[in-house]
Amino acid sequence: MSKITLKVNGSTHTVDVEPATPLLYILRNDIGLQGPRFGCGLGQCGACTVIINGQAIRSCITPVSSVKNEVTTLEGIFTNGKLHPVQQAWIDEQVPQCGFCQNGQIMTAKAMLDKIPNPTDTQIRETMNNTLCRCMTYYRVQTAIKRAAKTIAENKQAGRKGVAA
Amino acid sequence: MTPGIPKHIEELLTAHRRSFLKTAGMLAVGFAADATALLAQNPAPSANAAQYTDPDFHQLDSWIVIHQNNTATFYVGKTDCGQGTGTGFRQLMSDELDIAYDATTCIMGSSDITVDQGGSGGSTAMERDAWPMRRVAAEARRVLLEMGSARLGVALDQLAVSNAVITVKSAPSKRVTYGELIGGQKFNVTLTGNNVNMVGGIAKTKPVTEYKITGQSPQRYDIPPKVDGSLKWAVDVRPPGMVHARNVKPPYVGAKLTNIDESSVRNLPGFIKVVSKGNYVAVVCEREEQAIAAQKALKTTWQKPATAPFPPSEDLFKYMRAATPTSTGRPRVTGNPDQAFAGAAKVIEAEYEIPFQGHTAISGAHATADPSNGQMTIYSNDMKSYGMRNGVAQFLGMPRDKVRVVWMEGPQGYGRTAADDAGFEAAYIAKEIGRPVRIQWMRNEETAWDTKGPAFTVKIRGGLDANGNLVAYDYNARSLDYNHVGYNEPDSVLIAQLMGVRRDRPAAGSAAMADDMYAIPHRRMSTEVVSLPLIWETPLRTGNLRDPNGPQSTFAAESFIDELAAAAKLDSFEFRMKLLQGESTDDSGFKRARSIAALKAVADVFGWDARPSPKAGGKGNILTGRGVSYTFRGQSVIAQMAEVEVNRQTGHVYVKRLACAYDCGLVVNPESLRHTAECAMLHGLSRALHEEVQFDNEKVTSVDWITHPSLRHADVPEKLDVVLVNGDPKPDRPDLAPYGGGEAAMKPTIATVANAIYDATGVRIRRAPFRAPRVLAALKAARV
Repeated sequence: MSKITLKVNGSTHTVDVEPATPLLYILRNDIGLQGPRFGCGLGQCGACTVIINGQAIRSCITPVSSVKNEVTTLEGIFTNGKLHPVQQAWIDEQVPQCGFCQNGQIMTAKAMLDKIPNPTDTQIRETMNNTLCRCMTYYRVQTAIKRAAKTIAENKQAGRKGVAA
Repeated sequence: MTPGIPKHIEELLTAHRRSFLKTAGMLAVGFAADATALLAQNPAPSANAAQYTDPDFHQLDSWIVIHQNNTATFYVGKTDCGQGTGTGFRQLMSDELDIAYDATTCIMGSSDITVDQGGSGGSTAMERDAWPMRRVAAEARRVLLEMGSARLGVALDQLAVSNAVITVKSAPSKRVTYGELIGGQKFNVTLTGNNVNMVGGIAKTKPVTEYKITGQSPQRYDIPPKVDGSLKWAVDVRPPGMVHARNVKPPYVGAKLTNIDESSVRNLPGFIKVVSKGNYVAVVCEREEQAIAAQKALKTTWQKPATAPFPPSEDLFKYMRAATPTSTGRPRVTGNPDQAFAGAAKVIEAEYEIPFQGHTAISGAHATADPSNGQMTIYSNDMKSYGMRNGVAQFLGMPRDKVRVVWMEGPQGYGRTAADDAGFEAAYIAKEIGRPVRIQWMRNEETAWDTKGPAFTVKIRGGLDANGNLVAYDYNARSLDYNHVGYNEPDSVLIAQLMGVRRDRPAAGSAAMADDMYAIPHRRMSTEVVSLPLIWETPLRTGNLRDPNGPQSTFAAESFIDELAAAAKLDSFEFRMKLLQGESTDDSGFKRARSIAALKAVADVFGWDARPSPKAGGKGNILTGRGVSYTFRGQSVIAQMAEVEVNRQTGHVYVKRLACAYDCGLVVNPESLRHTAECAMLHGLSRALHEEVQFDNEKVTSVDWITHPSLRHADVPEKLDVVLVNGDPKPDRPDLAPYGGGEAAMKPTIATVANAIYDATGVRIRRAPFRAPRVLAALKAARV
């Protein structure tokens, strides 16, 4: 066991664990987060996705000792106390069925939109392709991503206008 | 703020509810803000060992609580697998009670606070189980109106009610709210009915024409907490002192455990115990990752069985054809098929094969069991939580009233969570070690050992007359379904099998016939069930998989109708329409009329180009085609069309468009139903293109998302269309019933895709799934 310090969603946590422990179990069992979930433990499905350094990362296969930068989870993407536009788009499009995988869908989509603000259909399909949903909500996930991209662009535009005014 | 109660306060409501029932409590907890405060005060289950008695379905108070702030909470004995049934129940009950949707909440599925309606299954939520809810809400409204009449001193017929406010028609300022009449108090009204499905009162339910909320699409209340991370799922429950368990499964199917070398794990950090009985083995550790490490490290010795438990998957259908049936269903015969075949101008015959397909939920089976106070609380996403409560009580030999199941959300399992192993395992281990235990199956364990949809072979023969009319039909389905797993049975659940405390008598299993309304004058349909060599302690155990047996039988039946149309050189849509417009008078539930309406509706939205299949003149690497199929499930009718692209070089099939017309009778929430149908169609597409359980002759080799693949984003059609038909010939009839919506939309998809592939390529693929290598081999064999 060794002491490891992590920054998660703006807060600092120190845990005493085996360094090889996957980040997922620390986030869930030590820090008490519920967004990232165990789906496969193999990095195949995406249910455990968090964002580190702008990248969507599979926390189930990421040793906690390898994490050097701040971890953002589903609970940490609120901005100014409001839902992130991706989350809002998920509600507007009524995306989830059971919802268990949606952490992975949302976090992977958010990381993509941060890098590619206006993705093509092909980019969406390619980027999201390894994020699985057994309820098969894919069609609405893709629709919601486009809606979120639009909202983010509009917010930026409004922000610029605000500054100009 | 959403008015819905997120599930993470359900436990609080459990405590609240119990005290309410005991004391006619004065608390009016209805909304998250109040509830969260209470949760903070009382985060742990009560130390007071209350009995977990069954809520009495004959008491109105068991179903509906009116709060002082003029809101209502509905308590229903159902679970929501992700189709938004809770929202639907609120809509129907709000309409009957005459209260605003936003002033209500719905609590579901926990055995000690909601009446036992069986949980979910069989697409019965709206079709069957919403009826007692509707009647009970109507009765509550009647009682409240009587109370209002007494309070206001005005005759009943002088009163109006809207949004939970009763007013005097002639003097609307004279008013009283439901909350003022009964908020925080009990109704003390006894209901009638011999069983929970028949429960009702004196009041009649409203005609559908008077519904205001039903038929609208309020957003699902469960979605915001699923999207913002605030929902507490069954996987998130952590009672104080909880430890983690993992199973150690036999490495060879049918193997006998001969030794456990506990020294292999004794010195691992956090190790607590190896729990074992018979061939069941689990390790328990303080932390989750420690339990996973111990699961891998534990050295066990197993003796292989003398004979192979099953043939390798590549020999499965050969094995099935040669097997002696364990049972034969009673054939359904119309007319004289043998004579009709003898007189037919053309007879064609085909055989279809569909392998075992897994439930493969996105996460492994899981549960947390708390044995505090000599009781047992199981936190579970079991869709039949009431059955789990009964099953676990029997399995552990505990009185029923010491055991409860708190239902919480989880990964949708399409029937798998009705045969939930983890709840039994968690409870067993918790009882053994006297501490709360959380168990979760790992991916390889879940994919290999979850319940399977049975493999089928279906042989069909059809006879056409000289004009291309279908005059004779013979269908025989053979299903590998012997010892089909039941729901939470304490003597057939996997842990009972492995421990050797299982029943002797296996379940018979079943196969399925074609479900269509075709007027075929001479028809025989028969079914048989066959068995694998090993039926106990095997991962090839069958269970109900979404629309049990439907996709298998429909793949065969609707592919064959297409083969007949092609043999008759007729358009496959027209061929079906002609069969539906035959001379039979059998049209129970308007199903024939609704079948015709659904087929027409899907053809409209899809833009069907009528011509015989296959499509001629395909050039280049990508061949395109379209297909149709249709069936029904219970009273729900579904017609589908697909457009496919088949890559001649790779065998890859892409379904570019998928459309359906769906008739489920009364639609409670159109948006929610459309979404469910979209997802069901894609689940069908996943089974059409990808899903197949593979095994050698000693173990299942499909163990993850690579070896048991599932549909992915890149497979999703460019366009999905769902048309809600309501093709009832009397669409405004006031008693229009809701029919099942959760499963039927997936039923024809494998056939739809097969028929489109044939149209594109001229090659009929009679073996699902249509993975690229299989399609490519078929194309090459046919020199396409």
